[in-house]
Amino acid sequence: MKVVLRNPRREIDVATPRNVAQLLTDLDVVPESVLVIRNDTLVTRDERLREDDVVEIRPVVSGGAR
Amino acid sequence: MKCRRCREPAVIDVRRHNAAFCQPCFLHHCREQVRRAIDEFDMVQPGERMLVAVSGGKDSLGLWHILSELGYPADGLYIGLGIGDYSDTSGRYAQEFADRFGYTLRHVDIRDEYGFDVPTGSRAAKRAPCSACGLSKRHLFNAVAMEHNYDVLATGHNLDDEAAVLFGNVLRWEAGYLGRQYPILPATDGFVRKVKPLVRLGERELAAYCVLSDIDYIVEECPMAAGNRHLGYKEVLNTIEERSPGSKAAFVFGFLEHAHHRFAGDATEEREDLGPCTVCGAPTPGDICAFCRMQARATGTRIPVTVTTSATMTAEGAELDH
Repeated sequence: MKVVLRNPRREIDVATPRNVAQLLTDLDVVPESVLVIRNDTLVTRDERLREDDVVEIRPVVSGGAR
Repeated sequence: MKCRRCREPAVIDVRRHNAAFCQPCFLHHCREQVRRAIDEFDMVQPGERMLVAVSGGKDSLGLWHILSELGYPADGLYIGLGIGDYSDTSGRYAQEFADRFGYTLRHVDIRDEYGFDVPTGSRAAKRAPCSACGLSKRHLFNAVAMEHNYDVLATGHNLDDEAAVLFGNVLRWEAGYLGRQYPILPATDGFVRKVKPLVRLGERELAAYCVLSDIDYIVEECPMAAGNRHLGYKEVLNTIEERSPGSKAAFVFGFLEHAHHRFAGDATEEREDLGPCTVCGAPTPGDICAFCRMQARATGTRIPVTVTTSATMTAEGAELDH
């Protein structure tokens, strides 16, 4: 399946994991620091993933001067 | 997962609340958290004029939208900081959002109006880029709010920002900063009232709010922020939060309830020692405020300063003596 990463934007192919939580574990991403968006819709950690899904992992952490 | 309120399929989980929500219930949850923060800290009264600090990111655009939804109409203020394409892009997001909802957005371009940009100011004042940026924004947001007689300035600081700042201030026991870290800072001579209505929402919730409200915001991070200390603190706190959901909220709200008052005196003393900047009139502990000093250095301007020895010095000379 395709995974879109940001900062900078890029696409990678990964073996389809069983669900969103597993995908984040495989990619070593802390779930608290991202949203997962599948086909333009937010999905929760327990959501099952399919081979033809396109999933964006969008970072939510902003820094610098506030 | 099912929505905690209506049992429909959920789209977002919020482990801090041990809950998941569908789209309508999540948007309701976000509005309720902001409404509770406004009420709990008595941030704004009906009819007061509010200015929102807008960057084009998820927090400020989400805040502006929620305030409007809750019946607090506000104008926005965007500051063009001159950080290359990033500033151009973030300004475009801010303006497109304002146009779409019919809100009024004020613009200040630091290069056009003050003759320098943040990268130049950072180098000239020997400040980290985020420090030069933060100094410029704090100064200009306050100055514009005062000039145009707004009653209150709202910023998009969220729970994660507050937790990271608190973490840094506690690591170094910055008593003055700890005394000022509160969701509302009352108006005093030269300062407009400042409020942080997002203090009960994490930045993951703000990002989800924007996605679920179809609000386009700049996702890319500022190129000058990479590797800064604040981001490092957030990374540590998110790792803790993952193992122990609710830790960030417990840290921030525990501080506000049990410890803030112990430091409030330090902040009051600091504010009582301020006088007007001899260049711009903004409150400052010295003769010339840090923003005017940075501007003078970045633009090569020599500013005459009256000091206690009755000698006249340049801004740079005064700085070297301190």
